[in-house]
Amino acid sequence: MEPSSSKSPLNADDERAIKDICHAKQDVPGGLLPILHDIQRSLGYVPAAAVPIIAEYLNLSRADVHGVISFYHFYRTSPPGQKTLYICRAEACQAMGSRELEVHAQQKLGVDYHGTTKDGTLSLEPVYCLGNCACSPAVMLDETVYGRVTPGRLDEILG
Amino acid sequence: MASNLIKVFVPSDTTARSLGADAVAAAIEAAAAERAAAVEIVRNGSRGLYWLEPMVEVDVDGVRHAYGPVSPNDVGSLFDAAFLDGKPHELALGATEQIPFLSRQDRLTCARLGVIDPLSIDDYRAHDGYQGLSRAVELSGREIVDAVTESGLRGRGGAAFPTGIKWNTVLGAAGDQKYVVCNADEGDSGTFVDRMIMESDPYVLIEGMTIAGLAVGATQGYVYIRAEYPQAIKTMRQAIEHARSAGFLGEKILGGKRGFELEVREAAGAYICGEETSLLESLEGKRGMVRYRPPLPAIKGLFGAPTVVNNVVSLSSVPIILAKGASFYKDFGVGRSRGTLTVQLAGNIKQGGLVEIAFGHSLRELLEDFGGGTATGRPMRAVQSGGPLGAYVHPSQFDTALDYEAFAGIGAMVGHGGIVVFDDTVDMAQQARFAMEFCALESCGKCTPCRIGAVRGVEVIDKITNGENADDNLALLRDLCDTMVSGSLCALGGMAPFPVLSVMNHYSEDLKARN
Repeated sequence: MEPSSSKSPLNADDERAIKDICHAKQDVPGGLLPILHDIQRSLGYVPAAAVPIIAEYLNLSRADVHGVISFYHFYRTSPPGQKTLYICRAEACQAMGSRELEVHAQQKLGVDYHGTTKDGTLSLEPVYCLGNCACSPAVMLDETVYGRVTPGRLDEILG
Repeated sequence: MASNLIKVFVPSDTTARSLGADAVAAAIEAAAAERAAAVEIVRNGSRGLYWLEPMVEVDVDGVRHAYGPVSPNDVGSLFDAAFLDGKPHELALGATEQIPFLSRQDRLTCARLGVIDPLSIDDYRAHDGYQGLSRAVELSGREIVDAVTESGLRGRGGAAFPTGIKWNTVLGAAGDQKYVVCNADEGDSGTFVDRMIMESDPYVLIEGMTIAGLAVGATQGYVYIRAEYPQAIKTMRQAIEHARSAGFLGEKILGGKRGFELEVREAAGAYICGEETSLLESLEGKRGMVRYRPPLPAIKGLFGAPTVVNNVVSLSSVPIILAKGASFYKDFGVGRSRGTLTVQLAGNIKQGGLVEIAFGHSLRELLEDFGGGTATGRPMRAVQSGGPLGAYVHPSQFDTALDYEAFAGIGAMVGHGGIVVFDDTVDMAQQARFAMEFCALESCGKCTPCRIGAVRGVEVIDKITNGENADDNLALLRDLCDTMVSGSLCALGGMAPFPVLSVMNHYSEDLKARN
């Protein structure tokens, strides 16, 4: 189990941040995704305790909000590591050795996909295409994309 | 800007940067300072000759000379060899426009990619930008729609539906509020041209969407961009701000009577949201569940209003159609596939990148003449075209012409133009399994054939490769594929079986028990 944040109450700063974001975007047409993006950018994830707050601002049910969060792969419901490594698992990268690369990464980091290293420095996520398909395999560390990543190059990138 | 500065172009698109372009730019800047060389570094987009990235260009008396692939360690020797004067060097590629990979293309939609500074409106206008919109503001909506229809443009996102006919439906639909939505949720593996356009020539998309708005009477547009493209999101947002400041967006476009506004919306990592009705649900702030059709989005789309939904390439092709005329565009291509296709060579390919070319060239020409074979140097065994829902094309089919109908004729798909190459080390059973696994992961869950079928598909393929009743399970797999193709609500469940069926038909030797 991940250290559960779902039951834990929000600290005052996080609650303030969530309310400010909801307040700023509650009248944006179709504003739920933009609100979730802003919350995740601000806190690193969307805590379960944010759900009732968002629901109230948007006049939605909590189930509606939870349903949207759980539908999209991009939203996290637990805190990420300090950095997040995305490894592309799609076909163009498969053609250039991404299956070996992901095994190497998982062994080196000691985590599976959706996991975070014990020291909390890195989360590992799969991604299905970074649009870097002519220079496969590709990975993205936070928002920086790397091309032609061999296991050795990945070690360099991770330092 | 002082004109005595020598312009040095260092690409800034995601792929060039993924290969170290930022470090190259920094090294050139440092070396220029050290040698007191009067250079101006321009961060252009990429031309899409990706095997040569980072590809540095120098403007020598108005002709651009290319060097690549450049690493920071090469910068000193480039200066020593007088690359600022276009002199020879082991990385010299000659005049950029004469590089065969580029000179043999028909760059219409992608004419400015890698040529201009992506965010400079002046640069854009100096290279024929906003000529289409200038024409469009003088035309009625009907006249714009007729021009697009006449051009023969078909949806470049993959479905190939005639763009003009879609626009005509929205034009004729009643509604006080209409929308233009750009589908920039480019999720297919092996495709990157949408990203390139947004990062390297964002104004062409803005211009195309604005023309679409004028054509159908829509005043609001949305660009729905995948979260996996942070740089494209950032560039598009900046470009929209610039365009608004310059009067190309807002209440009175180019001083005329009609207005158009544009906003970027970030997607959230769901492949299904590239399906247009799912995308609309997502834009409305909901789960990306596919809608039943009818009603068509053109009649009842975003927030229930008539909506044009088009791909980045389709919309970005509109400015040149308006600027140069429908017949100019239509003269490229063959049969019912008019204009150009933006082919993206990806995966295990020696010379990967963007090839914009008139429809009708053979797949082999793309793979061999442009692509130069595999990156590993081994024989090609399979090519997947049209993304993860496209069939694997066998080498015996490589002479098929790249046009929508010819590809459909062999059970394959041109789609969004992505071509992913595999060499002879590929395990096709593994690829078939991945097609089902991906469908299971990305299914929105609304219809049973897709939601359950994909899970069962993975299980059946595992049984086959485990040697459990192989013949019976192969028959079952084909049956399952038929059910998914016939019974799914949208293209995800309806087409995910195509790569599987192509493996069964052409690579059956791989679908056997493993040791």
